[in-house]
Amino acid sequence: MNVVIIDYNAGNTQSVIYALNRLGVEPVLSADQEVIQAADKVIFPGVGEASTAMSFLKERKLDEVIKSLKQPVFGVCLGLQLLCKHSEENDTDCLGIFDINVKKFEPKLKVPQMGWNNLEAMNSPLFDGLNEAPYVYYVHSYYAELSEYTIAETNYVNRFSAALNKDNFYALQAHPEKSGKVGEQILKNFLSL
Amino acid sequence: MLTKRIIPCLDIKDGRTVKGVNFVELRDAGDPVELAAQYAREGADELVFLDITATVEKRKTLVELVKRVAAEINIPFTVGGGISTKEDVSALLDAGADKISINSSAVKRPELINELALEFGSQCVVVAIDTRLVNGEHIVHVRGGRTATELRTISWAKEVQDRGAGEILLTSMDHDGTKAGFADALTAEVSEMLSIPVIASGGAGAMNHFVDSFTKGKSDAALAASIFHFGEISIPALKNYLNTENIPVRIEI
Repeated sequence: MNVVIIDYNAGNTQSVIYALNRLGVEPVLSADQEVIQAADKVIFPGVGEASTAMSFLKERKLDEVIKSLKQPVFGVCLGLQLLCKHSEENDTDCLGIFDINVKKFEPKLKVPQMGWNNLEAMNSPLFDGLNEAPYVYYVHSYYAELSEYTIAETNYVNRFSAALNKDNFYALQAHPEKSGKVGEQILKNFLSL
Repeated sequence: MLTKRIIPCLDIKDGRTVKGVNFVELRDAGDPVELAAQYAREGADELVFLDITATVEKRKTLVELVKRVAAEINIPFTVGGGISTKEDVSALLDAGADKISINSSAVKRPELINELALEFGSQCVVVAIDTRLVNGEHIVHVRGGRTATELRTISWAKEVQDRGAGEILLTSMDHDGTKAGFADALTAEVSEMLSIPVIASGGAGAMNHFVDSFTKGKSDAALAASIFHFGEISIPALKNYLNTENIPVRIEI
């Protein structure tokens, strides 16, 4: 299978590559439009800050490439947030696949949310084979609001979209590459979509 | 619900674990990757690798080790020890580390925290604080706790957060090695003052010490080394105990 990870200078791509390697997949890291468009599956990872990431994507014209994709696309962490319409992080306009907003957690609890929290109300083949309310690893200060695209929820400060889906676009706020066996199963499920 | 994290710490010297271990399943107890894999299987929530290698030449083995760990381990891990430049951090993160931890270098040049947070993001910058009581005051120590600084622990912790640290690893030198429990009063004071997570370290000797750390100490995570390495407390047993004590923990693996 031809799996391409979008290379846009976001941190942590190495961890995603390793996680896919453990599943027997050798992904290609690329910022090349043709390579990305020819992929069977596209992973859009991300650790970093929204406005910097969006500038980088626009510079490389990757924003239009991502929006044009028809094969399964998986946004992870910041990748999920960038697939939304707008982020409160430095007032950034994002890709708008999901017509919803990304907001900052109220500082009622420690921010960032850092650690293992449940996936609840899971409703997607992305979560096939998982037990109820499994734990996944989060590191984030911003969250996507609940919406019609929500396919899993998590509670921290408030309930938010732990995962989103619209057409061929899937996204997870947690880090599947760091979420033990649960994360491996989610990656496996994405690869078999 | 966000769970409390249990974090085993592995001391690394020249690419090998320093302290002995008694996991019978391990073929080679000195290999940090095997030990890390064992802890991950048992349900550790994160791992910390602390490099105590003295020479620069031998430190290069650390990056190789980080690559091996990242290739095999599917939970987050932090690498610390002797990190003092952006280049050090870049090499470790590129190799697959999720976070890095700085200590003496942050005391020596606090701007380093700002620089690392800006370049790599706060989420991967852990500042370790070694603290000891001196004439009734909690004072920051460096060089593995051997040298006292002018800094008061509480005000340093606040400064570290304001400069962009994503997490604080607070080690009480007074409690470390005593197995008499974590420094709960101090940890609570730091944790309640800050908006970032605090990892308690130093003094773990029994399972109820972890309960105290999470309740009285208000810690977000608790770190220990020898009790795990020597098999005095197993991670599954600890997590089951915490669960019965109504501490939110990740039980399934």
